[in-house]
Amino acid sequence: MGDSVQTAERAAPSPATATRINDFQMIVATINGTGSQTSNTAILRALFKMGIPVNGKNIFPSNIQGLPTWFTIRVSKDGYTARRETNEILVAMNPNTAVEDAQQLPSGGICLYDEVFVTDQRYRGFGFEESRDDISYHRLPIDALLKEVDVPKALQDRVRNMVYVGALAHLIGITLESLEEALIHHFKGKEKPVALNMNAIKAAHAWAQENLQTASPYRVEAMNETEGMILIDGNSAGALGAVYGGMTFLAWYPITPSTSLADAATAYANHLRVDENGRKNFAIVQAEDELAAIGMVLGAGWAGARAFTCTSGPGISLMSEFAGMAYFAEIPSVIWDVQRMGPSTGLPTRTSQGDLMSAYLLGHGDTHHVVLMPNDPKEAFEFGWRAFDLADELQTLVFVLSDLDLGMNQWMSDPFDYPDEPMKRGKVLSAEDLEERNGKWYRFVDEDGDGVGYRTLPGTEHWNAAYFARGTGHNKYAVYSERADDWVENLERLRRKFDTARTLVPKPIVHGKKGNPIGIIAYGTSDTAVLEARDYLAEAEIDTCYLRLRALPIEETTRAFIEEHERIYVVENNYDGQLANILRMELPEYATRFITMAHADGWPLTANWITETLKQHEAAQKN
Amino acid sequence: MTTVDLNALRFLPESQRLDRQDYQGRQSTLCKGCGHNSIASQIIAVAYELGINPSYIIKLSGIGCSSKSPAYFLGRSHGFNALHGRMPSVATGAVTANRHLLAIGVSGDGDTGSIGMGQFKHITRRNVRMVYIIENNGVYGLTKGQFSATADMGQETKYAGRNELPPIDLCLEALAGEATFVARSFAGAPKQVKTLLKAALSHNGTAILDIISPCVAFNDHASSTKSYAYGRSNQYPLQDMTFVPSEEEIMINEENYDAQGEQVVELHDGSRIILKKLDKGDHDPTDREAAVRLLEDARSSMNGVPKFITGLIYVDPDRQTLSEAIGMTETPLSHLSEEQLRPSRESLEKMMKGLM
Ligand SMILES: Cc1ncc(C[n+]2csc(CCOP(=O)(O)OP(=O)(O)O)c2C)c(N)n1
Ligand code: SF4
Ligand SMILES: [Mg+2]
Repeated sequence: MGDSVQTAERAAPSPATATRINDFQMIVATINGTGSQTSNTAILRALFKMGIPVNGKNIFPSNIQGLPTWFTIRVSKDGYTARRETNEILVAMNPNTAVEDAQQLPSGGICLYDEVFVTDQRYRGFGFEESRDDISYHRLPIDALLKEVDVPKALQDRVRNMVYVGALAHLIGITLESLEEALIHHFKGKEKPVALNMNAIKAAHAWAQENLQTASPYRVEAMNETEGMILIDGNSAGALGAVYGGMTFLAWYPITPSTSLADAATAYANHLRVDENGRKNFAIVQAEDELAAIGMVLGAGWAGARAFTCTSGPGISLMSEFAGMAYFAEIPSVIWDVQRMGPSTGLPTRTSQGDLMSAYLLGHGDTHHVVLMPNDPKEAFEFGWRAFDLADELQTLVFVLSDLDLGMNQWMSDPFDYPDEPMKRGKVLSAEDLEERNGKWYRFVDEDGDGVGYRTLPGTEHWNAAYFARGTGHNKYAVYSERADDWVENLERLRRKFDTARTLVPKPIVHGKKGNPIGIIAYGTSDTAVLEARDYLAEAEIDTCYLRLRALPIEETTRAFIEEHERIYVVENNYDGQLANILRMELPEYATRFITMAHADGWPLTANWITETLKQHEAAQKN
Repeated sequence: MTTVDLNALRFLPESQRLDRQDYQGRQSTLCKGCGHNSIASQIIAVAYELGINPSYIIKLSGIGCSSKSPAYFLGRSHGFNALHGRMPSVATGAVTANRHLLAIGVSGDGDTGSIGMGQFKHITRRNVRMVYIIENNGVYGLTKGQFSATADMGQETKYAGRNELPPIDLCLEALAGEATFVARSFAGAPKQVKTLLKAALSHNGTAILDIISPCVAFNDHASSTKSYAYGRSNQYPLQDMTFVPSEEEIMINEENYDAQGEQVVELHDGSRIILKKLDKGDHDPTDREAAVRLLEDARSSMNGVPKFITGLIYVDPDRQTLSEAIGMTETPLSHLSEEQLRPSRESLEKMMKGLM
C-alpha cells in the first residue's frame, strides 16, 4: 500500500466553509444487491447513539441486483429530519454513477471513493478525479485493505462496505464505540458478525488516520438530543400498532413498499400473540392478489375479526370494488396504503402522496372513507391500533395512508405510548343482548341517531341474530330492496354516519399564532419539511400558521383554521394537489383561498422547495 | 387436536330439532323451474334432515341468478352476497375468523369459471373448510344468456349464437387446484344432490359440488347439454351413495371394494359415505389420478366413459385445512378477550428499550 500514501487524497484548493458541525447530509452511492444496508444503517444508528439528530433515506431501484442505490443520512443539530437537496459528503461505490454523483456535491464537498475507479483497467479514461477540482477526494484502497483485515476470505465481500464506514468515521468523527453499539443492535447481539465487521471498520479507520490528513469541513460531535428516543421505520411501527390494537386477521399480497409492514406484523404477532399452547390468536394469509386480500379482510371483519390488509397504490386500485362493498355493507376493515408511484415498474420504489383522492373516494360513487395520515413512527403506531377501534365503532372501511418515505426509512421517534383507552368493539349485539330485546333488532335502523346501526356476528346463538350482508339494494332491515326511497334513506344515514366519523377521527395539530394571513396545510411525511420551512420563512419575515391534517373527513378545527386565514397553502407530494381539491370540494365557500403547492418526482419534499415556492407565491401576491 | 366438539355446535340435539319451515328463506325471485330453485330446496331439506343449527351456518355467494339463491334458503343463518367471482375470498376470511362456522357458498359457472377462476383455484389449494356449490347452466343467466366458459363447443342459443370455444371442466380445474372433495351432480337428481350435500357438509376442507342446473330462460332447449332433458337421459351416476352421520353405527366392510362392491369413505368427523358400486362403474374416488383420468375420458366420451358422469369423483378426507395449516387458535377470533389481544404495557416498554 506504500504508494497509496501519496495518492490517497486530493484536497480541494481552499476549504470552502468553516467546519460545519452536525449540520450536513451525506450520500452513499452503491449498486443494488451489494449489501450496503448494514453499513449504512450502522452509520445511521452510530450517529443516533452519539445523540445527534439523524434521518436516513434509502433511495433504491425496482431491481434486485445491479441498478444504482443511494442512501442519504442527514445530521441536524436543530433536529430537522426532512430530506435536503444538497449532500456535502459523497461515498462513491458505484462506478456507473460516480461522475454524476460527484457533480452534485457543492464546492468544498468531500468524496470518498473506491480506488479501483482510477487503478482498474476497466475504468481508465473514466477521469473520475478530473471531473471536479473544487472538492476533496479521498481514495480508499478497499481491496488492498480487505486483504489485511482479519476476515475469512469467503466473507470479505460481506464486510467490503465496512471499509468506507471506517474511513468516514475517521474523517467526520464518528466514534468506534458508537459504531460497535450500532452493529450489536443490528446483529441482535451476535458476537461473531459484530467482531468481523468491526475488524474491517477498525482496519479502515487506522488506515485513514494515517493516510487521510485533510481535515473534513463537515464533522460530527456528540450531543444529547436523542436520549430516550428510538430509531425505527414506519412500517414496523404501524405493524406493532396493529398487533397492540388486537389485530386478529391479516391478508396481504407482496408489493413494495408495504411488504415489510406485513413481514413486521407477522414477526411481532408470532412473538407477542401466541398462547400457552403455541396457538396463534391471529391468522395471517398471503393472498393470491390484492383483490382476494381485501375480500378475505371483509369476510373476516364481517365475522368479527380485527382485520386488515396492507398494500400500495396498484393494490388500492384492485381493491376498489370491495372498498365500495365495505362502505355499503358496513363492514369494519382496515387498509394500510403505503404510497408509492405507480403503476407498473419505473418509480414504484419512490415515495408519493398520490393515493389520497382515490383512497378517500374509492368505490363506485357516493362512497367516502375515513383516512388516517400518520406523519412519523409514533403516530404510525397509534393509528395502527386506533384504526381498528374506528373501523369497529363506525362499521366501515378505514384507510391508513402512509408512504414509502415513512414506511421504509429509519426515523427518530419518541417511544410509543401504550394505548390509553380500552379496545372499542362497536355496536355488536350478543345472544344475551338479543334476548333482552326480545329479539327485536334491525341491522340498519339508526337507533342512536349517529348513523351507526347494530350488528350481530355469525355464530351468535339466537333465533333472530341472522341478517343478510350485501352492497347496494337493501333497506334498513337488511332485506333486499330495489326501491328508490329505501336507497335514498340509506345514503342519508350513511352521510350521518360520516358526520359521526368527523367527531371521532384524530384532530389536526395546529402550529403558529393567530392573526396571521398565511396558513399552511399539509399531512403525513410532508410535515418535517413544512416545519423546517416555517423556520426559514420566519427568518425571511414571513410568518405562517400551520395545520397538519391527521385524518379525513375534516372536522371543525380545520374549517375554523381555513376561515381564519386569507391564503391557505396546501403542501403535498403529488402532482394534482389532491388535498387542495378535496378541501375545495368539501368547503366550496372557501374554495378561492386554497393555493396548491404540490410536487411529485419520487423524492420526499424538501424545506428548501417549500420555502422558495411559498416565497414566490407571496411575492406575486404583493405585486 | 380439536378441543371443542364442533358437531355438537353445528348440529342440534334430537330434542331441539327445528321444523322444516325454520330452514326456509325468502320467496325466490328466480324463474319458475330454474334449476337453482331445486338446489335451494335440497339445501333446506338437508339442513332439516341433519338438524343443522342455523346459527353456525353462513351462506355466501358471488353475483348471478345462482348467487341470489342464498336469500331463498336458511333464513335464520347469516348471509353475505359478495361480489362477482369473489365469494371464495370472503368465505376464506369468514371461515378463518370463526372456525366454528359451517360455510355454504353458492356460485355460478360464470361466477366461478370466468371472473372467479383465480379465487376458485386458490380456495381449493388452501382447502378452506366450506361447501362450494357451482350451479352450472352453461350461460350467464342474470345478464341474459351469454355463453359461459362451461358451455360445450357447438352449443347454440337464440341470444348468443354458436359457441366455438371448448368448455372448461370445473371438476378438472378443482382437481388441478388440489381440491380435496370433488363431485358432479344434476339439479334434476335431488336424491344424489342431497347425499352429496350431506357428505360435503361433513368434509373437513373445500368440497366442490359442480351441479348442472338448467336455466329455463336461456339454455333449456332440446340441443342444450345443460338442459333438463339432456340431464335426465344422459346422467350417469358413478355410484349409489349413502351418507351415514357420525353418531350412527354402520355395519359394513371397512375395506375397499368388498364382495358386494361397497366402498366406505370415512370423513374427518367420523361420518361415512358408503358407495355402492353400480355394475357399470368401478371408480375409486380416493384415487386422484383415476379421478383425473375419469374426467378426461368423460370430457371426450372416451374409453367407454359417458360424458355426463355424476357422483363423488374425488375425496381426500385427511389433508389439513387452511386454519390448521397456519397454526391458529380454534377460538373464534371475535371471542378473544382484550387481555389475549393486547400485549402488556411491559412488553411494549421492553420493545421500545430495544430500539433505543
Ligand atoms: C364485476 C362485475 N362484472 C359483471 C357483472 C355482471 N354480471 C352479473 S351476473 C353475471 C354472470 C353470472 O353468471 P353465472 O355466474 O353463470 O350465474 P347465473 O346467472 O347463470 O346463475 C355478470 C357477468 C357484475 N355484477 N360484476
Ligand atoms: S334466467 Fe336462468 S338462471 Fe336466471 S333465474 Fe331464470 S332460469 Fe334461472
Ligand atoms: Mg350460469
